[in-house]
Amino acid sequence: MIQLKVNGIQRSFDGDPQMPLLWYLRDELRLTGTKFGCGIALCGACTAHKNGEAIRSCVTPMSTLAGAEITTIEGLSENGLHPVQKAWIQVNVPQCGYCQPGQMMQAAALLKSKKNPSDADIDDAMSGNICRCGTYQRIRVAIKAAAEAQT
Amino acid sequence: MSAIENVSRRGFLKGLVAAGGLVLAVRFYPEIAGHERAPGSNQADLAKFHPNVFLGINPDGTVYIVAHRSEMGTTSRTSLPLVVADELDADWKRVKIEQAIGDPKYGSQNTDGSQSIRGFYDVMRMAGATGRLMLIQAAARQWGVDPAQCATEMHVVVHQATNRKLGYGELATAASKLPVPAIADIKLKPKSAWRYIGKGSPSYDLEALCTGKAVFGMDGQLDGMVYASIEHPPVLGGKVKSVDDQEALKVAGVRQTVQIDPYQPPPAFQPLGGIAVIADNTWAAFQGRKKLKIDWDNGANESYDSEAYKKELQETARKPAKVVRSEGDVDAAFAKGGKIIEADYYVPLLAHASMEPMVALAEFKDGRATIWAPTQNPQAVQDIVSQELHIAKENVICHVTLLGGGFGRKSKPDYVAEAAVLSKKLNKPVKVVWTREDDIKFDYYNAVAAMHMKAAMGEKGKPSAWLQRSVFPPITSIFDVNAVYGDPGHLQQGWTDIPYDLPNLRVENGAAKAHVRIGWLRSVANIYHAFAVQCFTDELAHASGRDAVDYQLDLLGKPRIVDLKNTNYPNYGAPYDVYPIDTARLINVMQMAAEKSGWGKRRLGKRAGLGFAAHRSFLTYVATVVEVEVDDQGEIKIPRVDTVVDAGLVVNPEATHAQFQGAAVFGTSVVKTGEITATKGAIDQSNFQDYPVARMNEAPYQTNVYLVESDAPPAGVGEPGVPPFVAALCNAIFAATGKRIRELPLSKNKLV
Repeated sequence: MIQLKVNGIQRSFDGDPQMPLLWYLRDELRLTGTKFGCGIALCGACTAHKNGEAIRSCVTPMSTLAGAEITTIEGLSENGLHPVQKAWIQVNVPQCGYCQPGQMMQAAALLKSKKNPSDADIDDAMSGNICRCGTYQRIRVAIKAAAEAQT
Repeated sequence: MSAIENVSRRGFLKGLVAAGGLVLAVRFYPEIAGHERAPGSNQADLAKFHPNVFLGINPDGTVYIVAHRSEMGTTSRTSLPLVVADELDADWKRVKIEQAIGDPKYGSQNTDGSQSIRGFYDVMRMAGATGRLMLIQAAARQWGVDPAQCATEMHVVVHQATNRKLGYGELATAASKLPVPAIADIKLKPKSAWRYIGKGSPSYDLEALCTGKAVFGMDGQLDGMVYASIEHPPVLGGKVKSVDDQEALKVAGVRQTVQIDPYQPPPAFQPLGGIAVIADNTWAAFQGRKKLKIDWDNGANESYDSEAYKKELQETARKPAKVVRSEGDVDAAFAKGGKIIEADYYVPLLAHASMEPMVALAEFKDGRATIWAPTQNPQAVQDIVSQELHIAKENVICHVTLLGGGFGRKSKPDYVAEAAVLSKKLNKPVKVVWTREDDIKFDYYNAVAAMHMKAAMGEKGKPSAWLQRSVFPPITSIFDVNAVYGDPGHLQQGWTDIPYDLPNLRVENGAAKAHVRIGWLRSVANIYHAFAVQCFTDELAHASGRDAVDYQLDLLGKPRIVDLKNTNYPNYGAPYDVYPIDTARLINVMQMAAEKSGWGKRRLGKRAGLGFAAHRSFLTYVATVVEVEVDDQGEIKIPRVDTVVDAGLVVNPEATHAQFQGAAVFGTSVVKTGEITATKGAIDQSNFQDYPVARMNEAPYQTNVYLVESDAPPAGVGEPGVPPFVAALCNAIFAATGKRIRELPLSKNKLV
């Protein structure tokens, strides 16, 4: 039995300990904001936070999550919208939107460690997250807008 | 009762789509009380006032507008209802969008070909204007005044003389009792009164998309459903010889395996066949699949090897082929001698790789299949599911979720049919989930193509003769196993439509047999055709010592309507008199792109260059200038793109900007890394490590989009950005390095 917190709620898991967090979130908890894109940590659509750090939930086995605090897009902000979400709306970032929860989770983690990220910081942090619609230009603008709003 | 309902509603659409002054059929409006809700009916259908299939208004003032096209990121689900709301004079904040199920009563729902706006702009305007006129008539009747004395303001009818007002909600019941007016009686708003058309709006779903609440196909859930992951035949047309599923069944959560029959040629949209692993969750289904031991009969396509096939295509491209357009006498002009320039171009198979892999949820129950799927074409879902399950089309209810990208792949519902077939076999709801590997290996690929170009250089380098020949396995091969030539619908894409004013011109197409499923992918044949034509044009300009933009303007000659009377040219299904190839518009976007980009004036660093290309596709004119920098390792960076677009009237400019920004990124993937290959008939690539797509650090840093102000009828915006970008980037690489890119992707070329 693995005990963990997901979006502040205490959970216990007794299934296959090799099951990645992604499928626990999606198929068992029915938190479907975290997306399946590649299954091998190449696209970032499944990005969630473990103890505040961005992780790829598609390759994070449940066995590694005892005592962990997991945050998904559904729990990114406790009340209202997170500054990153506000910036995403303001800049009108999404096209199809499928990758955007992962993009926002990655961006939120970036802004926690770097209050005013440079272009190079943004490239470094965000290049693991693929957007096939090609919204990168707006993602960059939105991250800068969120950084500005935070200061 | 429902028969009348269907007839009259279909009549509405026919009246608008067909030419001539047709009259709306007598409207039928459903009485809600005691009326059993039909499967798939939406709030607009059920609303008190329901003048046509796209619109419903309730007494509380809520306006329901039906989005019948699929949303995959182009914002059509927002932009078309916005047109209805504008003509209705409705408050957008009080509009709720209802996504339509698949139903022919809406007209075509095949969301491809960049045609949602152009195909339904007029229909949407009439749908809204009809509602507005009936609300005015209802108010006038209550006030006992002439409707001509009444007007609308936002969500209210006003009697101007007495300043009396009635809200749309207050009028819904009275309006529902009026006959639907004839089309001839309906007045559309003048442009000056437009609230939303041309101003646009962010996606209706924007907040849901930013909070994880938006529902994609991947998010479909039904109580009691099981999950399926399918091992497909690795080679197209392959069959299961034998299967050992013992180890698979030992995986915790795996329930059983089910064999799916191979398709009967041609493949079309049928399931590919294979072994499905059925499990309690997605992960268990994936794990079980890995334990399957299957012996395959690979069939005839096992002989297919993409490297050998490439040589065949290139050889075919060097031999005379079928003539698909001819002006003057090319052979005589070439025979005169003088300087001849030839070049060969090649583009490999490309995969769509939408971020959401193929997925569908189906429930077969009581003779009816109910589907929830991210599909670009719910009517095609009805067709294939009806065929596979031997049930009437009306018994296939296809709900359309949001699509996590489509790019043409999700027009082809093989994956949806799989879910339906499995649900019928298992008698419970089934969700089929493809892995990324399935998505890459079992795509309908954009055709591999070889192009041969030849020009005789005349005065100032202007060609006295021009020959172009393309060879590619046609999309029609998925419907006809014997098809080897391009059909007019794909030959028109950047090939038979070449707009240059040249005395001797011949366009040819050679034969190629398909060994994988070929399908349309964003911009389709325009990608490889525009690559060849626009890069070859750049080569000729350079060989003539001329500026690339000036040279191409010279090739276009005086502004004219290109005469294609003797060519089988379908013009993307649009009438040629309404949407001709007007070179004045092409010239305009070219000149604007040169000006906006600072063409010929910008100072660039070492190993940096600007490249230019212009191309009309999906009835839209685009000119693009790309700036590229090449570093010591031959890696490219794209600091800036300027693209000028004449798409006629643009309903949603903001969303249109986004489409062209995205097209530059999509085009970057095509140029840098897009390549699918096959060995012994099986696709070599599997996931983003060997089919990479552009990431943030590789994508253009800044794409500036300029829309030409135009009252011309609306044209496409989803696809036209990719082809000129691809060619302009390759031309920029030449400007920066002196290396011509004649074969994609870039990894086939050594830049430094």
